[in-house]
Amino acid sequence: MTDIDLIRNFSIIAHIDHGKSTLADRLIQLCGNVSDREMQDQILDSMEIERERGITIKAQTVRLDYKAKDGKTYQLNLMDTPGHVDFAYEVSRSLAACEGALLVVDASQGVEAQTLANVYQAIDHNLEIVPVLNKIDLPAADPDRVKQQIEDVIGIDASEAVPISAKTGVGVADVLEAIVTRLPPPKGDSKKPLKALLVDSWYDAYLGVIVLVRVIDGALKKGQRVKLMATDTSYQIDRVGIFRPKQEMLPELATGEVGFFTAAIKQVADTRVGDTVTDEKNPTAEPLPGFKPAQPVVFCGLFPVDAADFEDLREAMGKLRLNDASFSYETESSAALGFGFRCGFLGLLHLEIITERLEREFNLDLITTAPSVIYHLHMNDGSTIEMHNPADMPDPVRIDHIEEPWIEATILVPDEYLGAVLKLCQDRRGRQKNLTYVGTRAMLVYELPLNEVVFDFYDRLKSVSRGYASFDYHIVGYEEGDLVKLSILVNAEPVDALSIIVHKSRAEQRGRTMCEKLKELIPPHLFQIPIQAAIGAKVIARETIRALRKDVLAKCYGGDITRKRKLLEKQKKGKKKMREFGSVEIPQEAFIAALKMEEN
Amino acid sequence: MGRAGRSAIPSPLVGEGKGGGDRRTSAVGIPPTPNPSPQGGGGQASRDRDADRPVTADPGFGIYVHWPFCASKCPYCDFNSHVRMAGIDEPRFAAAFAREIAHMAALAPGRTVTSIFLGGGTPSLMKPETVGGILDRIAASWSIASDAEITLEANPSSVEAERFAGYRAAGINRVSLGVQALNDGDLKTLGRLHSVAEARRAIDIAARTFERFSFDLIYARPAQTPDAWRAELSEALAMMRNHLSLYQLTIEEGTPFAGLHRAGKLAVPDPELADTLYEITQELTEAAGIPAYEISNHARAGAESRHNLTYWRYGDYAGVGPGAHGRLVIDGVRHALVTERQPEAWAASVEQHGHGIIEDTTLARSEEADEMLLMGLRLAEGIDLRRLEALGGVRPSRVAIERLEKLGLVEHHAPDRLVATRAGRFVLNELVLQLSASFAPITVS
Repeated sequence: MTDIDLIRNFSIIAHIDHGKSTLADRLIQLCGNVSDREMQDQILDSMEIERERGITIKAQTVRLDYKAKDGKTYQLNLMDTPGHVDFAYEVSRSLAACEGALLVVDASQGVEAQTLANVYQAIDHNLEIVPVLNKIDLPAADPDRVKQQIEDVIGIDASEAVPISAKTGVGVADVLEAIVTRLPPPKGDSKKPLKALLVDSWYDAYLGVIVLVRVIDGALKKGQRVKLMATDTSYQIDRVGIFRPKQEMLPELATGEVGFFTAAIKQVADTRVGDTVTDEKNPTAEPLPGFKPAQPVVFCGLFPVDAADFEDLREAMGKLRLNDASFSYETESSAALGFGFRCGFLGLLHLEIITERLEREFNLDLITTAPSVIYHLHMNDGSTIEMHNPADMPDPVRIDHIEEPWIEATILVPDEYLGAVLKLCQDRRGRQKNLTYVGTRAMLVYELPLNEVVFDFYDRLKSVSRGYASFDYHIVGYEEGDLVKLSILVNAEPVDALSIIVHKSRAEQRGRTMCEKLKELIPPHLFQIPIQAAIGAKVIARETIRALRKDVLAKCYGGDITRKRKLLEKQKKGKKKMREFGSVEIPQEAFIAALKMEEN
Repeated sequence: MGRAGRSAIPSPLVGEGKGGGDRRTSAVGIPPTPNPSPQGGGGQASRDRDADRPVTADPGFGIYVHWPFCASKCPYCDFNSHVRMAGIDEPRFAAAFAREIAHMAALAPGRTVTSIFLGGGTPSLMKPETVGGILDRIAASWSIASDAEITLEANPSSVEAERFAGYRAAGINRVSLGVQALNDGDLKTLGRLHSVAEARRAIDIAARTFERFSFDLIYARPAQTPDAWRAELSEALAMMRNHLSLYQLTIEEGTPFAGLHRAGKLAVPDPELADTLYEITQELTEAAGIPAYEISNHARAGAESRHNLTYWRYGDYAGVGPGAHGRLVIDGVRHALVTERQPEAWAASVEQHGHGIIEDTTLARSEEADEMLLMGLRLAEGIDLRRLEALGGVRPSRVAIERLEKLGLVEHHAPDRLVATRAGRFVLNELVLQLSASFAPITVS
């Protein structure tokens, strides 16, 4: 058991690409936890998708033993946290389990919007923050400017920021010293009854549900009977352990320590993040305040390309939800796409990740429909409907007015791209709240309707700023909007999965763009195909896909049959990835791609 | 190579006169073929002929022999052809052909050969004795139908035309000439070694030597105008006897033309112009009494290439020589056979193993159905749905057929005979895809 004064619990806050995972790798290596043979990059990002995208989705934790310059060996618990706004919820619970945080900023880039949000959260949790300037080996690094920026934007002292290069290893030892000298040890009373914060939980194929905890008071022991206070359920603890990052079993977790336990818990949904774990017979008198559950804000339909895969999709979603309680789904049936699910996500990245995992880990081909937000429909009869799906829009004559969610967005962008970003925000019905300068970078605060953001705002923002703008948002409330349902008709048949809710002032342009896009996306058929955008019965845009031209091979003799048959087999496979509407085949990717807007 | 087997090859003796009605049957007795009168026939008649044709015409059994060498490589050609500056060891290849023919005959014994096709490459580079040896070997391995069609592909150069009599003596009864264009500039662009004058002379010699001959033209050439093609095709129609192959130039991957095309240095007619040229082709050939009996092949009734009909009617054929493909039903299962492409490697393999086969795949019934469909719909006579059923156990769905019928792309010429219309053959890839994707197993009611 480690003396509580020798424990340091910390997390790393960083923008994507600013080097969080590399720094974590170096810290782990320097403390000798992993042999060189076992070392791989981004050791804490265990999901394939995390490694590929260079992001962290699930909180991970690792215990390091560090022999400091004062001769004492410290127990460092690193809580790796997601960096993206969609997972702010997971960040907040990880931060709640720490006393300090490393703020890693790319010395050549400076502070980004997502970092800001996480740092503010850390400050709210009263965490001690140690700024770390990474990538000082880059020619473009400007540590002094970035220090100044940290002080100006975040308002913390950056004079003792640790300059490092996680890539080369320079300065990493100083980071370890800063952790033990500048971050406080946990407070807690080992004499008190067990009180532990349930930080996260996930399903493991071998051990069942693994519960990650931070012990606040008392100790958590193997064999102990514990109670999860919010869900009011009791379990006997089977195993207690820590990650190094490999699992290591221990007899107990003491006050201030971070680790995991397993008990006979059937599914992740039986545990609630933020709950208090206490002794069943001798419970704590003061449970932790807990967290409010994450609410999905973005919705879309997911349909199997092959209708026969519906049950497989249901099973896959059930499995994913075991590990991700923030994602919700319910059955949906579409006239165009058949049976599928209406799913709720924390944000767009979350949506992308879930669909990608479904396709990759469960080998499913999916059609994703346009993301939507929750609209509040105030009906003439005084009732209110929450609408998640444009296809469910009732007859407009029955609607008194519609409200849509608005967000407050913070955007940090280098000066030279400010004009383009302002135009983008303006085009998306934004209202400017604030514009300040931090050195050569502008910090913009805008209010925007979420429905203008859910689709491709982030893509567009990156594109107009050449990747230099960063973006963060939170929902501020609902406002009435002049909204209409835009329907798309392909060969005179309405395709419900392509309908969207749009502001009336933008309807015509959106309709025109969608028709043009579909014209490119739908391959020519044996007949010509009209594509129309309509509000109610009024057609506001139209395109025509010309009939297929001559496509026959000039020569096909005995030696050509095999090749031609193989081509035919390939084409048949491709055809299976299309959905037929009336007699028109629409490729699966068209449902999302049709909505992308190229603005100048 | 001995000459002993020659008598087994029916060798029609053709008079000096044009094909016309002027024919005599050979000693072994070829049944008279329909009269290829230049004035007779016509587009209108062909429809009726299809309707009257027995729904399950016997597709025949063909032998394809691939001669893999050319004097030079044409920039548009993606066939298995090779140039050997140091000369070709003709006896070695002749011996290898003989051995592989024996091997194929052992795989598919007891058949009656209805056609032989010597293609390439440039088979007219072979000496007549080599050709005779190949034909003898085939005749020694299978029985040959009395009316077997025996075609040799030839370049219309003067050197090669001089060999025509020798080929006829060896047993060849039909030549197919790679004329490709009737203007010298385009012949040069296409990389051909002959001139228009030579081509004309070769056609004259072929007409005098053989009862049946055909020649090829390539159209939709760079910078070709509708008027120029109309004039050139009219000229060709006056020169032909009863069969023409008219191919739209296709830019094939891996050819010099593909490289030039990608680099923007070879402008081929845009789709609209190509469509116009295709329409002109149909119009003029129909008026001349040689409507398309297949996408790119035009003939008077009865003058169709029987060998190629075997492919399109999805009959069996043995492929001999480098890179040759075959379809052989062995013990009730259809095999797809492919031989080694590289000529010397093929010859070495034959010398070692008796054959150059590198792939022998048995076809699933659904694959047979796809192959029969994609080949059969190329023909103006279409396909017999009952044979498709018997072969593949499937039938295109009623819905799919009706949809295509409504669009005027397919029609029934008899209850079970499905035909792609002219408009349908124009978009055949998509048509075949739709029908194949709709295949449903036949349920026994």
